[in-house]
Amino acid sequence: MRRVSLDVTDLAVYYRTLRGDVRALDGVSFSLADGEIMGLAGESGSGKSTLAKSLIRMDGRMRRIRGRVELDGTELPVDDQRAMVPFRFHEVSLIPQYAMSALNPTRRIGRMIRELIRSRGIDYTAVHPELLRRLELVGLDAQVLDRFPIELSGGMKQRVVMVLSTLLDPSLLIADEVTSALDVTTQRSVAEALAGFRDRGFITSMIFVTHDLALVHQIADTIMVMYAGRPAEKASSRTVIEAPRHPYTRMLLSSLPEVGVTFSGKRLEGIPGQPPGLLDPPEGCRFRDRCPLAFAKCAEEPPFTEVAPGHWAACWKVEG
Amino acid sequence: MLDLRQVSKTYRVGAFGGRRLHAVRGVDFSVRPGEVVSLIGESGSGKSTIGKMVLRLISASSGTIAFEGADIAGLRGHARTKEYYSRVQGVFQDPFSCFNPIFPADRVFELVRAEYAGAVSQAHWRARVEDALTTVGLDPAQVLGKFPHQLSGGQLQRLLIARALLLDIRMLVADEIISMLDASTRIDVLNLLGDLKARGLGILFITHDLSLGNYISDTAVILRRGRVVERGATSAAFSAPAHPYTRRLLASVPQLHTSWQQADARLAQEGEGECPGCAAGGRPGEHGPVDLADDHAVGCYTAA
Repeated sequence: MRRVSLDVTDLAVYYRTLRGDVRALDGVSFSLADGEIMGLAGESGSGKSTLAKSLIRMDGRMRRIRGRVELDGTELPVDDQRAMVPFRFHEVSLIPQYAMSALNPTRRIGRMIRELIRSRGIDYTAVHPELLRRLELVGLDAQVLDRFPIELSGGMKQRVVMVLSTLLDPSLLIADEVTSALDVTTQRSVAEALAGFRDRGFITSMIFVTHDLALVHQIADTIMVMYAGRPAEKASSRTVIEAPRHPYTRMLLSSLPEVGVTFSGKRLEGIPGQPPGLLDPPEGCRFRDRCPLAFAKCAEEPPFTEVAPGHWAACWKVEG
Repeated sequence: MLDLRQVSKTYRVGAFGGRRLHAVRGVDFSVRPGEVVSLIGESGSGKSTIGKMVLRLISASSGTIAFEGADIAGLRGHARTKEYYSRVQGVFQDPFSCFNPIFPADRVFELVRAEYAGAVSQAHWRARVEDALTTVGLDPAQVLGKFPHQLSGGQLQRLLIARALLLDIRMLVADEIISMLDASTRIDVLNLLGDLKARGLGILFITHDLSLGNYISDTAVILRRGRVVERGATSAAFSAPAHPYTRRLLASVPQLHTSWQQADARLAQEGEGECPGCAAGGRPGEHGPVDLADDHAVGCYTAA
């Protein structure tokens, strides 16, 4: 059994709005082993970004209702902005979706990095050689430090941010839709570079948030699929893609066009209906209105249980 | 129906327009009624620029774009332009920013009526709107009178397609229309395009996603830096890609049942290969589209 690095227990995070609480994340439990890359997949409104944000920085509208997050045996004070400061960048780090806007446009990259490192009370000269080595690893030469962000392409900026975020060898890296705005070839090199970071031990484990199952299964060890604020299924990447058990995962996969599938050859079907509103979500299974297998018992909330070794699902129809 | 001949677009950039940016260079292709042609390329390949030129949002620098035999650059005056737009319409990427948030979403239909169908009676128009909504798979009772924030992205995108269908259009320019939608509703919008195609509509489908382009289109046009690298029936271009660039691009597409390593292995086994156009008599590394077979051509610009 490998060491568990991240352990999330029954985490619930709501957004405060004028009309009441939006239950964006409602009881999520999972753990991440040392060296594990977990793909976090789901549609918009499934709570995947809320989960990712909760682990590093909650914004003002977010409130933790219940639940516990443990990283390497220490509890993360996720809803205490001040107490989280020592963890950010050192232990938990983030690559945001729009790396383009993460860089200060008025500073040369090198100066921006230097200022950032020093602001954390770290000696810049000590990390400089490592910085250059890692830039080279992702295919950027040292000259990039003398450039302004506007002079770099989207993929180059994404790689600069990747190197910067992982410079202090954090235990957990959260990559939030990092490849969504990139071209297919750049997408691939960025995704592979991230997996390479794990292999070289720059990061211990990673949560790779995406809506693209085809992409995430290329690099992730496990995939957790979320639906309407709750986890639907978690298993190894291969199992999720080849033998999913939850009806939502199955329907989602069968609606994805692949190279080789054509409209005139084999017509794919989407999932009818749309996810429930999270302001006042229905009791029981949240997928039941769209689920062809729904029956009376679905009015009760299905537990997220281990149906096979290393395979969790939240559905009454999935036999253990 | 729509024919592009040697279409180019050059932008002047830099201080005082001193530098030139060739966004589209000498592109030829045509769209027939009932055919979906997908323009596939990475960012900066000029695919959206072509869509905008077809919609007359920008003008071509050189070359001709002809719709039903008439050059669209020659359309002068409000009446002629309006007639063109009652035949050719566009739908764009972000459905959320296409609606005015302070008006109900179905106001777009009223705007179409005011502009194109002022003489139609209220009852008749209402029937046409409901008919168009049913065609795109929406329940009129569920969407009429709603504000944009009350509708999902898929519903908004379908409203925009319904808006285009209210006019008797022959040609739809669909620029990345499903990249903002969720996976489970994406396929429904794609299927809708397929059904419209069966009714004789010509569709120019612009996308960066090869698997979507492959699913829906009859003809694929692969662009790179404003030029056509490969053009052909989708089945040929995707199952037997001829140009090394197309092969590499296809190998990078994340697929559910093939890993990148497997795709690489296949590529290595088959060899990236040479451009067959160069071998078939084109000037090596700098030839325009050379026909390989019926309806399959490659262009090569590696030397340039």
